[in-house]
Amino acid sequence: MTRRVAIAGVGISKFGELWEQSIRDITLEAGMLCIFDSGIRGGDIDAICIGNMSAGRFTGQEHLGALAADMGGLGNIPSYSVEAACASGGAAVRQAYMAIRSGEHDAMMVLGMEKMSDVTQTEAMNTMSVASDWEWEGLGGATFPALYALMARRHMYEYGTTEEQLSLVTVKNHANAAHNPYAQFQRPVPLEVVMRSGFIADPIRVLHSSPVSDGAAGLVMCSEEKARELTDTPIFIEASTQASDTLALHDRKSITRMDSVIISSREALKRAGLEMDDIGVIELHDSFTISEIIQMEDIGIAKKGEGGKVVEEGVTQIGGKFPVNTSGGLKARGHPIGATGVAQIVELVYQLRGEAAGRQVEGAERGMAVNIGGTGATSIVHILGR
Amino acid sequence: MVGIVGYGVYVPRYRIKTADIANVWGADPNIGKALGVFEKSVPGPDEDVATISVEAARNAIKYGKVDATKIGAVYVGSESHPYAVKPTGTIVAEAIGCTADITCADYEFACKAGTAAIQTCMGLVKSGMVELGLAIGSDTAQGRPGDALEYSAAAGGVAIIVGDKKPVATIEDTVSYTTDTPDFWRREGEDFPSHGARFTGEPAYFRHVGEGAKSLLRKTNTTVDDYDYFVFHMPNGKFPLSMGGQLRIPPEKLEDGLVVRSIGNTYSASAMMGLARILDIAEPGSKIFMVSYGSGAGSDAFVIKVEKEIEKHRGEVPTVDDYIERKTYVDYSVYAKYRRKIVALG
Repeated sequence: MTRRVAIAGVGISKFGELWEQSIRDITLEAGMLCIFDSGIRGGDIDAICIGNMSAGRFTGQEHLGALAADMGGLGNIPSYSVEAACASGGAAVRQAYMAIRSGEHDAMMVLGMEKMSDVTQTEAMNTMSVASDWEWEGLGGATFPALYALMARRHMYEYGTTEEQLSLVTVKNHANAAHNPYAQFQRPVPLEVVMRSGFIADPIRVLHSSPVSDGAAGLVMCSEEKARELTDTPIFIEASTQASDTLALHDRKSITRMDSVIISSREALKRAGLEMDDIGVIELHDSFTISEIIQMEDIGIAKKGEGGKVVEEGVTQIGGKFPVNTSGGLKARGHPIGATGVAQIVELVYQLRGEAAGRQVEGAERGMAVNIGGTGATSIVHILGR
Repeated sequence: MVGIVGYGVYVPRYRIKTADIANVWGADPNIGKALGVFEKSVPGPDEDVATISVEAARNAIKYGKVDATKIGAVYVGSESHPYAVKPTGTIVAEAIGCTADITCADYEFACKAGTAAIQTCMGLVKSGMVELGLAIGSDTAQGRPGDALEYSAAAGGVAIIVGDKKPVATIEDTVSYTTDTPDFWRREGEDFPSHGARFTGEPAYFRHVGEGAKSLLRKTNTTVDDYDYFVFHMPNGKFPLSMGGQLRIPPEKLEDGLVVRSIGNTYSASAMMGLARILDIAEPGSKIFMVSYGSGAGSDAFVIKVEKEIEKHRGEVPTVDDYIERKTYVDYSVYAKYRRKIVALG
């Protein structure tokens, strides 16, 4: 159990409303791009692991593992998908990490994808809502915007977090996405426009919320030995951790923190032998902007209740001490559910390889990605290093 | 040259404010500003596409000073024909005094059936098959209660008489752009249309209007600078402005045609209503660039030049503005009654 696990190549499709492309098209695109980027021969890939939440409901296609192996012409290798709601992508990365670290596989392709725009908005919302506690939350009408609105209100009540602070997260993430050619919204948004956008669930506005997106992302992961054969710039996974919490929000001691994030991020730092100060670039799971603020506190780059203030101080901007969501985050890069956890890793790899043109964090040595499911019932944390 | 020898419009008297609709559904009362639609026209309980078309056609005949017996073709474009089987066109033709020696049909292509009728009439006139052709775009559009469409689906009609003798405006050229794009539809027997929400935007409206416009600019070897006015189909007040932005058209060139703000989307009459408003005010010599859009999907683009002849015809019939200003507000309950949305009434 001492093998290091490396990422030898990454690929990502454009995120957005991809009306002209099917789930097959974007899966193939991300898969081919990560294979080309790594330089690996197709025959050297031992297995495929896919992160996807609900292709069955969104597109009518399941059994994505066999689909990907078939379409990629990768023969008879094992291939399967894993589901952990919005953390499905992170779960797929972690499955591959464990398989390679254990020695079961030497090189794997990890894919994350979701095609959400082929169904009506109502169907898309219902499909996303099944990631909540359906009997206690979803069935009663508590959509994710509604649940996060409860968290935001409570955070405002307990700590004085303001609507402007919620909006500044959007402003920052859009400014970053303006330099990300794969992002859904490659344009800055002024604060006053965010503050004027319509309410979805008071106090959450349209521009505090991640969009419905299509997209796919892929990684070639392998042993250190294999990675050194393939590339001069392997990126290593220094830690991969996962934790769970109650599925329903109302069963938690506090709804202004995510215990799963606290546990998994602390454990990841411990396993990597690092402290937060060692982390130069961070991808957080801003499905709603309040989520980014809460996770900033949970991973320890802001004191409890001071996440909004720390955003105001510019600490999480590029050039700040802890740049968060240089890709644009879920808000502006887009949030094709199963692709998100993999896309976060793709962004960290670009950053650590110094290839994030226009949004590069200078001298970043290590990065952290936090990928959560639901309102934090699942949290998967990866720490990457050069 | 083939052109418009007469045109007439009709907009029902009743209006409902979009803020009142928003109030019923608990939506943002500022929706008018967000959509660019502040009021929409509502047909009275005894109005339908046949009556609206007749009113508009009568205005067109009077405006053009034409003899209705010289009309050889009548086409009515609509997505709310009163009958599924039985033409509206025959009702209109008899009501306005056409002879029986005409060709006639109803058209349906979502919101662009009226401009398709113009193109058909142009062909018939140019080929010499008819002397005058009557093309009508008319609708009493449906919106499911609570659906986004309810804020804009309105009623109105525009009739255009196409001929080649002394036109008030010549139609210099036209092209179309057509694909199979299912963005908006209503199946047989259904009361209300369905739509693909955001899919109705970029891959539907913007692609087809944009490509139609670019195609006609290429064909005529002209640029945006060669035109004084632009009219695009107006599903709301935002789409045409945003289309204009994409084509780098100065907003003031779109302003005069934006009737959607005060009467809503009159569907098959929408782009034609914008054109009519411009014909009401434009100086002879002005050049107008119009692109209609029909879901399903396609666009018809036209280059139209206003002729000096127009000055001899103005003042004969009510203008678009006359109809816009002639209004009686109704609240949502009266609107629901007029639009037969109260199920218990049958």
